[in-house]
Amino acid sequence: MVDALMATINKSAVQEMVTILSNKRVGAYHQILLNVGDIVKNCRPGNFVAISVGGDTSKMILRRAFAISRVSESSQYGGTMELIVAPHGSGSKWLCSQAEGTEIDVVAPLGTAFGIPTEPISALLIGGGYGSAPLFGLADVLKSRGCKVDMLLGASVGSKIYAPMEGKRSVNSLKIYTEDGSMGETGRVTENLLDIVRDRNIDVIYSCGPMAMLSAITALVADLEVIHQCAVEESMACGIGICMTCVLPVRNEDGSTSMLRSCIDGPVMDGSTVRWDLVGKVPEGTA
Amino acid sequence: MTLPVDMSTTLGNAWFPTPIFTASGCASSGKELAQFFPLNQVGAIVTKSVMSKPRHGRPTPRMAETPSGMLNSIGLQGPGIDAFLANDVPWLIEQKARVIVSIAGETVEEYSTLARKLRSVSGISAVEVNISCPNVENRGMVFACDPESSRRVIDGVRKTIGGELPIIAKLSPDVTDLPAIARGVVDAGADGLALINTVLGMVINIDSMKPHLGGKTGGLSGPAIKPVAVRAIYQVHAALPMVPILGMGGVASGRDALELILAGASGVSVGTASFGNPKALIDIQNELRDLLAARGFATMQQAIGYAHRDEA
Repeated sequence: MVDALMATINKSAVQEMVTILSNKRVGAYHQILLNVGDIVKNCRPGNFVAISVGGDTSKMILRRAFAISRVSESSQYGGTMELIVAPHGSGSKWLCSQAEGTEIDVVAPLGTAFGIPTEPISALLIGGGYGSAPLFGLADVLKSRGCKVDMLLGASVGSKIYAPMEGKRSVNSLKIYTEDGSMGETGRVTENLLDIVRDRNIDVIYSCGPMAMLSAITALVADLEVIHQCAVEESMACGIGICMTCVLPVRNEDGSTSMLRSCIDGPVMDGSTVRWDLVGKVPEGTA
Repeated sequence: MTLPVDMSTTLGNAWFPTPIFTASGCASSGKELAQFFPLNQVGAIVTKSVMSKPRHGRPTPRMAETPSGMLNSIGLQGPGIDAFLANDVPWLIEQKARVIVSIAGETVEEYSTLARKLRSVSGISAVEVNISCPNVENRGMVFACDPESSRRVIDGVRKTIGGELPIIAKLSPDVTDLPAIARGVVDAGADGLALINTVLGMVINIDSMKPHLGGKTGGLSGPAIKPVAVRAIYQVHAALPMVPILGMGGVASGRDALELILAGASGVSVGTASFGNPKALIDIQNELRDLLAARGFATMQQAIGYAHRDEA
């Protein structure tokens, strides 16, 4: 528990009003580009942004958290941040309905980032649904460090695969799975995972997507040397570490389990330390 | 130009430069909000209720957004009093923040044990005795729903802590006769009252067709409960006009804070609003100062209970 309290909020986090530069529909998602100025300088792949939704008179009082898909420091507008948003709930639907030029209230960057290796390693990036969005920004960074980058994307149907043309340039290979077979191979990203990891001598797996996928990947690679960094998804009320709602059971070095905030100790966590069996439960004994 | 308003306030013998405080459970121990404003610019940091031992809290999901509000079911997750006093309180004092420590226990004895540990700690302005957390396994543990249990907890804390540190008893609105419970804890030695804790609620998930929260029930907070807070503060201030009240419940603007003060609050805690706006305390404080000035108040304290002025 002491560990949980020692963790601190992302020191670069600021609250600002920013402008929507563009808002386009891409398949089942919206690609939203924000003019965020100098905030981009502190954004790392894996970080997220918390956005106020619904306007001043909204009955929605909580911010919505979105993974930062990618940032650019040098667009013609200065610093820009891209989000890939699925219009599912009332908050994300509101955001997807906002016109270009609208000002929105953001807090960013928040949370932990994917660890970037200093050596040129072999990386496997695995995305589920729109969880693939931050992986393309990560792929750019890995590629610039000389890493070999393979990518697996999965979704229930083809329209829920997010794989932009320009993103594909950052990866050495891309394999797509859908459960209904409407795009790529029929099945899930975990289908041939062990073979892929062994055949391609993967050093690090980076994953982002539904919790069941992250848990399944962790279980499959448990006996291998490979490191698994996953970006978790747990519902949050604040995104800044004060509400204690987004906790996950995480194993400490001494074997005990702490309920850690996924907004501060995550979203990127070491998959092997998450007690996936205890998600939605409470660890036994005292904290 | 209007003259600057004297915003200072007191709770028992404790003095604060402004009446805007954090609410326990909505600011952790202050470190995260310090990223957004200096903690010494607000009245006080009321820390998350701490128990004697470290505690995991309740399972997830712990949160459900509701119209103009939210339900939470944290279950008093925390580091335990020893780690809290070793790490969090010294850090807050270093920031020159004023600190109100909130304590919660499962038994009358646990509250006394916690109070004993606070006796020797310097730099604390007051202790909030949370006898009304709704997120406990056994609703029978909500001392504030029973006048006799409430009295026994406060009596135990008063006797253990001695005469100096102000005791603020945090009460639940989920009772039939709130003024009677308030009177009981004041008779037992409380110097002030914190009104209100969250209101017990439930959300049912229509996909699983079961209660959404891991703990089934949760505490409702946010603007949805503000009228309940105003009513509770008004009732208790009418019954006990000399007892200072730390008001809270859905405050999200300076107007909201002023309503609670007019109803009888000497200070106002801002809780859930910080989840949506990390700088909510500063915004609310500035708005309140302007609203008081616009109404001709030279001091914030003149406005306390002002809504009662025409009553016999």
